[in-house]
Amino acid sequence: MSNNWEMVIGLEVHAQLKTSSKLFSSSPNLFGSEPNENVNFIDSGMPGMLPVLNWACIEKAIKTGFALNFTINKHSVFERKNYFYPDLPQGYQISQFEFPILSEGYLEIDQPDGSAKKIRIERAHLEQDAGKSIHDIDPKFSFIDLNRVGTPLLEIVSYPDLSSADDVVNYMSSLRQTLMYIDVCDGNMQEGSLRADVNLSVRKPGGELGTRCEIKNLNSFKFIRQAIEFEFQRQIDVLEAGGSVEQNTMLFDTSTGETRSMRSKEFSHDYRYFPDPDLLPVNLTDEQISQIKPSMEELPHEKMNRYINEYKIDKEISKIIIAEKENTVLFERMVNESDVAPKNIASWLVGDIFAFIKDKNIDVISLLEFTKDITDLLKLISDDVISNKAGKEILPQVLEGKGKPSELVKKMGLEQVSDTSELEKIIDEALVGEEENISKFQGGSDRVLGYFVGKCLKSTKGKGNPKLINKILLEKLKK
Amino acid sequence: MTKRQSISNLVNSLKEKKISVQELFDQFHKVAKENKNNSYNLVLDPDYQKSNIETSQERYSTGTNLPLDGIPLGIKDLFCTKGITTTASSKILSNFIPQYESFVTQQLLNDGAIFIGKNNCDEFAMGSSNETSHFGPVVNPWRNQNKPSEELVPGGSSGGSAAAVAEGSCVASMGTDTGGSIRQPASLCGLVGLKPTFGSCSRWGIVAFASSLDQAGPITNSVEDAAYILNSISKHDFNDSTSSNHKRDDYLKDIDKKLDHKIKIGIPSDYLKNVTPEITAQIENTKKSLAGYDVEFVDVAFETTDYALSTYYIIAPAEASSNLARYDGIRYGVREEGSNLDDIYLNSRTSGFGDEVTRRILIGTYVLSAGYYDAYYRQAQKVRRLIKDDFQRVFQEVDFILTPTTPNEAFKIGEKLDPIAMYMNDVFTVPTSLAGLPGISLPSGLSSNGLPLGIQIIGNYFQEKKLLQLSNLIEKELSFNE
Repeated sequence: MSNNWEMVIGLEVHAQLKTSSKLFSSSPNLFGSEPNENVNFIDSGMPGMLPVLNWACIEKAIKTGFALNFTINKHSVFERKNYFYPDLPQGYQISQFEFPILSEGYLEIDQPDGSAKKIRIERAHLEQDAGKSIHDIDPKFSFIDLNRVGTPLLEIVSYPDLSSADDVVNYMSSLRQTLMYIDVCDGNMQEGSLRADVNLSVRKPGGELGTRCEIKNLNSFKFIRQAIEFEFQRQIDVLEAGGSVEQNTMLFDTSTGETRSMRSKEFSHDYRYFPDPDLLPVNLTDEQISQIKPSMEELPHEKMNRYINEYKIDKEISKIIIAEKENTVLFERMVNESDVAPKNIASWLVGDIFAFIKDKNIDVISLLEFTKDITDLLKLISDDVISNKAGKEILPQVLEGKGKPSELVKKMGLEQVSDTSELEKIIDEALVGEEENISKFQGGSDRVLGYFVGKCLKSTKGKGNPKLINKILLEKLKK
Repeated sequence: MTKRQSISNLVNSLKEKKISVQELFDQFHKVAKENKNNSYNLVLDPDYQKSNIETSQERYSTGTNLPLDGIPLGIKDLFCTKGITTTASSKILSNFIPQYESFVTQQLLNDGAIFIGKNNCDEFAMGSSNETSHFGPVVNPWRNQNKPSEELVPGGSSGGSAAAVAEGSCVASMGTDTGGSIRQPASLCGLVGLKPTFGSCSRWGIVAFASSLDQAGPITNSVEDAAYILNSISKHDFNDSTSSNHKRDDYLKDIDKKLDHKIKIGIPSDYLKNVTPEITAQIENTKKSLAGYDVEFVDVAFETTDYALSTYYIIAPAEASSNLARYDGIRYGVREEGSNLDDIYLNSRTSGFGDEVTRRILIGTYVLSAGYYDAYYRQAQKVRRLIKDDFQRVFQEVDFILTPTTPNEAFKIGEKLDPIAMYMNDVFTVPTSLAGLPGISLPSGLSSNGLPLGIQIIGNYFQEKKLLQLSNLIEKELSFNE
């Protein structure tokens, strides 16, 4: 049924900025502290307290501006968004309204056919986060945790350029990746560091835009996808039953996978925005903006191009590595502190190392302390001290910190046999009673060679140097 | 009124051991404790101040006394004082004890001042007669000599501060001025009231009324005393983003310096259009007092004066409506229970705020509302800019501007029931506030009822030093206190 309809989606993404203190107070910007631990007089809205802008937030916004192709506005203004709620101690949220710090940017996302789609971003502005109200501890009372009050957010508002759940997930993950790369946001969606409000409407292809509903506060890709799919169908059902979609603010119920109305437009707040008289407008000079640029971290696509061109790594493998910034940190550390070929490191990383990480459910970053051991191990392989297979066997031990690779090789008895005379002896033994196969080989069957190599490796318990075995075997068989 | 001792005289007496810090404190505390004009919401116990008095005395003994050492001061109950109840004269904050000291009062403490208590004021500084206080009106120590039984208002909103200085219960008092709240009560109580340039004194820790207008300043017996206080409180504060970081003058130094070059003082004829002859006489007296100096008085005309009051009564309530949103009964202050959250808000705020505060919150909410913002708030901001420009145009011609401080003398408590009539009291002080300029009110004479009247001198931005020098000269020549 949805074949006749298409969805039109715009996204408002709230990214919590990775700063040591809050947007307008010196309280620590930390997740996971005891309730109300990171709260000072400003955060708790005490009489006479005044906000002081944390300049680090402006710098993060400027970096985002460069990364997402924004116009960085030299003049921006903090305004007050007025509403009452117990987790909003001031009675207003300081945000930017008429004059945001960033305007008109874009981000390119990959399409299934390999082409890129440009998603235009209308604006991004700085604002304070609110605290948290907790309603499920006590039947009678609600509890307030103000730790999150005043945490800096960058709200990134896209144009309605997204037309599927895939688009949204691609856009959101690409945004997340970029913000993490430039150290603006830690990208931790579970902790709420990155949340999205989805504005969705449906229309007939090419038709006029429909009435949109806004689904608030989605903090996982799974929920985003579910919410979009449910809301898409809901709106279609309403329209096909002859009804009309009302402009509503919706909540997504993660237990049922359904969206439900929170408030309709007629009950929407009048936020009475006006410039915050406690703060001066932010007026940036060209110098202040341009001096941020040299400190910009490499962006994901820049990194990918470098991996492909400089390190000669396959595009697919590069893509896997750059997916998460942590991967690149681990990878580049290994590249920089060893002379093992980057391409070799890359294939081990996306192969056995990622498998280990997944298996043990650990952080990529926790392996940073073993980078030297890993590359030492790879060196042992490329120097033919151990076989590739032995390397795979030793790797988990190395990653668990059980010892240096060279020690482990000895301990596990995996040193490769590269002694020619010893190997000759083994090969001679392996050829005993194999007249039939030998003549097959001499008759032109190359497959038999593999059989002999396998047999020799087996009798060395895998420690024989396969290249040498191969070479000696050939010499002997050709006689 | 008896002649008061100046800060410099008191400091000398303390230095010369003619009087001890304790004796000085007791002398003022005794009057304050009586609180016969209701000028205090709270008078601090001598016991509470014991260690401050002792350490102050100690500094005098060792010759290491600070600029305001041992000087008893009143503090408007709008300044947060650490560990001391700070109410803004509102029921909603009647139980509020800040755990921090406002920047301005901290500077005074750093300079050795000793606080007598917290002065009554209009609720959240909203008022021009100190009648909106939750703790009742303040009575002006002055009496109409033709109707001596009538109790008069001291002006507002720093009415308690003015009455306290006038009654002799403190040497000076810290006030705040948003649209005239220092200058107007100073005028009605025969005192000096200085509103510095916006940005001179940090607003950190002062209960906010209208952030873009609020400014702390002293109410004193003399211009020299005002300079003493200004030296202490005018400092850059990193914690107030609107605090100016210009280099401060020593306002006391050369305060007696006579004019050594010609100055021009502008008198705006439009201010004097509808005032009584008694008020006009104040301006004439002032002109006469400077007859012996190289001063030229010129007529200046503002183009925006008529719009100032309405502009002010849009911008100030708009900011107030937002600034007072935090008083919701949730985290501190007085809470009235309710069956749900909205009821708690409604009950706490309805019961916690008085009528004038409620009125201004409603006006402010209205002018910021969708559909009205452009017509009111945005328009008012534009007019405010024109008012600033208007002043700068006039300051190209003159060095100072001379106006009356108020259109009338102190009036009877309960006499002005119409809010608009009350707002008219600030008609001469509001334009200066909107422009952010420094203004000072000086006592200039007595009315036929024997009540004090004042003049206002306005300087250009951060010209407090010259403003105080000229004021000091006029004060000496007018000899109001003699």
